[in-house]
Amino acid sequence: MLQNTAQKSPADAAGAAKQANEFLTFRLGKEEYGIEILKVQEIRGWEQPTSIANAPHFIKGVINLRGTIVPIVDMRIKFNLGEASYDTFTVVIILNVMGRIVGMVVDSVSDVITLMGEQIRNSPNFSSSFDTQYITGLGTVDERMLILVDIEKLMSGSDMALMESARLQ
Amino acid sequence: MSNDAAEDNFDLTQFHGVFFDEAAEHLDGMEALLLDIDVAAADEEQLNAIFRAAHSIKGGAATFAFKDITELTHEMETVFDRVRKGQMPLSKPLVDVFLASGDMLKSMLTARKEGGEGVDEEPVRALCLRLRAFLEPDEAPVAVLAPMPDQAPVAAGERSTAPAPVAAPARQLPSKRILEIVFGPFDKKFPRESVESVVADLKDFGKVEEVIAPAKVKAPAKANGKTTSVKKAPLKSAPVKLPRERRFRIVTEVTVSDLVDAISFMADPDRVTVTCIEEMAPTLLVPAQVAPESPVPVSAAFEPVAPVTESMEKVAEPDGSAPQAQSGFEENGFGLFVDPQTLPANQPVPEKAQASEEKVVNIKTAKPAASTDSTSIRVSVEKVDQLINLVGELVITQAMLAQTASVADPVLYESLFNGLAQLQRNTRDLQESAMSIRMMPMSFAFSRFPRVVRDVAAKLGKEVELNTIGEGTELDKGLIERIVDPLTHLVRNSLDHGLEPPEERVEKGKVRHGTITLRAYHQGGAIVIEVSDDGRGLRREKILGKARERGMDVSDSMSDQEVWSLIFEAGFSTAETVTDVSGRGVGMDVVRRNIQEMGGRVEIDSAPDVGTRISIKLPLTLAILDGMSVRVGSEIFILPLNAISESLQPRAEALNSIAGCGQVVTVRGEHVPVLSLADLYGIRGEKQRYEEGILVILEAEGGKTALFVDDLVGQHQVVIKSLESNYKKVAGISGATIMGDGRVAMIIDVAHIVGMAHSRLDKAA
Repeated sequence: MLQNTAQKSPADAAGAAKQANEFLTFRLGKEEYGIEILKVQEIRGWEQPTSIANAPHFIKGVINLRGTIVPIVDMRIKFNLGEASYDTFTVVIILNVMGRIVGMVVDSVSDVITLMGEQIRNSPNFSSSFDTQYITGLGTVDERMLILVDIEKLMSGSDMALMESARLQ
Repeated sequence: MSNDAAEDNFDLTQFHGVFFDEAAEHLDGMEALLLDIDVAAADEEQLNAIFRAAHSIKGGAATFAFKDITELTHEMETVFDRVRKGQMPLSKPLVDVFLASGDMLKSMLTARKEGGEGVDEEPVRALCLRLRAFLEPDEAPVAVLAPMPDQAPVAAGERSTAPAPVAAPARQLPSKRILEIVFGPFDKKFPRESVESVVADLKDFGKVEEVIAPAKVKAPAKANGKTTSVKKAPLKSAPVKLPRERRFRIVTEVTVSDLVDAISFMADPDRVTVTCIEEMAPTLLVPAQVAPESPVPVSAAFEPVAPVTESMEKVAEPDGSAPQAQSGFEENGFGLFVDPQTLPANQPVPEKAQASEEKVVNIKTAKPAASTDSTSIRVSVEKVDQLINLVGELVITQAMLAQTASVADPVLYESLFNGLAQLQRNTRDLQESAMSIRMMPMSFAFSRFPRVVRDVAAKLGKEVELNTIGEGTELDKGLIERIVDPLTHLVRNSLDHGLEPPEERVEKGKVRHGTITLRAYHQGGAIVIEVSDDGRGLRREKILGKARERGMDVSDSMSDQEVWSLIFEAGFSTAETVTDVSGRGVGMDVVRRNIQEMGGRVEIDSAPDVGTRISIKLPLTLAILDGMSVRVGSEIFILPLNAISESLQPRAEALNSIAGCGQVVTVRGEHVPVLSLADLYGIRGEKQRYEEGILVILEAEGGKTALFVDDLVGQHQVVIKSLESNYKKVAGISGATIMGDGRVAMIIDVAHIVGMAHSRLDKAA
């Protein structure tokens, strides 16, 4: 896959290189999503979090990440995708967004891919589980389609209930 | 002249930070003194301290060639020198100008600190002129024309040339002394060669000669009128044999302390010793042979000859910042503590001189030790925080070990258990010591208020007395820094809205001047800071009216507390006119938000025409909590230990239900509402009936509440971790912590729970 992308861009290598971005791709149900790799701190296995009182059901609780208290969001519950089961294969992506650390439970993490500018298209007004305002575009790699998500905007959005509303202003 | 050498060898910028810190301290000290001073009967000691502050800043600024700062402090010094010598009365306008100058210096320092080239010159010049205006008119022009010695970056060197034309155009020879400077021991860090450049700079102060053998008897060099001699001879001819130390003698006008100050910028002050060997009378070129023990203030005896034209040059400072001032000789005299008017010429040792000598000693002990034998160090806050974090992690690890070991057989592993017990003690001690590094007395926050009150009261035409109580109460440094702004808001509000003008107060039969009291004290595990005034108090009707005007949902049946808390709403101000001081309605909401961010609460008590009291309750520290862990189902919660009054297993007959609002338990005749932790947090508890589990009686401001839990687990000291840093504030939860097994446990906000139980009870009633 990485080779493919490299072959596609010989023409305008310098220009495209500027726009090349690396994305971490993960699956939620049948859809494949991509988030900017720089926002990802690490990927961990599942551990039972401590639940938080009166939190929305998709916030599973908080875990101790080497001394830091980190909230865990289950995207599958949040977006009604896949089956929210927890086992040793469940993956938590630890994100670093807006100076905060947030854990995100997804079905699986697939790959890290590099997308050139021309591989990213504007998102059409299609119906996805994500609100389209959080989608920055669609990436195409071979036959696959990636939904590129502005994870920062998503996680700080009011419907994630992860941050104090004052912070959003 | 010899600056180039210094610049080659020393990067002065590395000392800038120290200078800024010290200058800021001096400014704060000066401001405090100025505010404290009684204009009518100023204390000599205070006057000297103010002078010293200005002088020290000037010295440092000159070293770094901060010309604007030097210039202003120089003017301040000149004026204040007159005042302290009694040649000029201290007046309120003078104090005002000095305060303004202090502010200007602060902004100059800030500008320099941020790497700028200083501030706008115009206001500085204006201040200088205002200062000069205080000088006698015939001397003022001299002062204006006196050029600032910008090419003399060494503190005291500059001092020796500059002020002379200002104060007295050299009608008298300055007083001189021979100082011995010993450098060493030498090593790699402080190489022998580095002395050369220091000595080269010292030439600015006077004639320098190297003492090859540590001679006991050496003819003192004759003092010449000119001190900026550029004689270089003895310096380059270094001795052949290399003793551990090098001695130099300098004939100079500067005092031991000034020289030490100057040297400490150039060389490691621990390796340099300065002693005064000999004093020379100012007008006589023959050195006065006076044993150092003699209390006779030699030069003082000469002072009265020309008291008015007395040059400030021969005024040694009782500068306590020079611990090496071993002889103490120069502190004896030079007329600093001797009122020249009252001292007849040639009369030896007036009693007053001796009395004031004691004062010198006092100053010495009171003043913080300077760099040479300092008892404190400056450490960046990040380092301290890192230490505290590490200690916090250590505490968690210790708890983890203790928990792991708890299953082992204490008989078999006796030494392990002993070791663990010791570890626990040590970690606790370590934690306490680490935390205490961050603790600072409240006076750091309170000390700025005399100034605030003075300025604002003057602006508003009110007469105000400020009382501060409990300045020694210690609080986390971070909290102190963050409490200052809210406190300032509150004090300004009290001044503007709370206190009435003097006339109105008299009409009401109150004393003319209002009183604002700042008070800090411990209450339980918290610190309470109160701002109270004896003004007109909050007016319920007015607040309610204003709230309605703003379309808020209010009713007449609201309790006083609820009404008062309306003033914390954004944009709420009942002031009829917006003044410079307050009334724009920003402020109180910011106050409340800041305090809530610190984990604190604000409460208001007020009575019409009696006054208003605003109490801020803050946690002592944001880091550690003594807690009791309780279990509900599989979850562990932490209850702050100081909120628990007792825990009990209730008998069935002690429980009573109240229609619609759950149950109360009777504890020794007192009815306490019962809340189930499992219900509150939506978890499944193991025990369903109250009499099967444990009731923990919690006590908070609002009263008592019995919290139903499955089990008590144990008592821990927990490190508070913020939920908000990555998540958000959760009602009923004050934070989280990491337990010994690495899991996260929630810390319960007792006040919230008690409040909840009682509001439920109130609704039912």
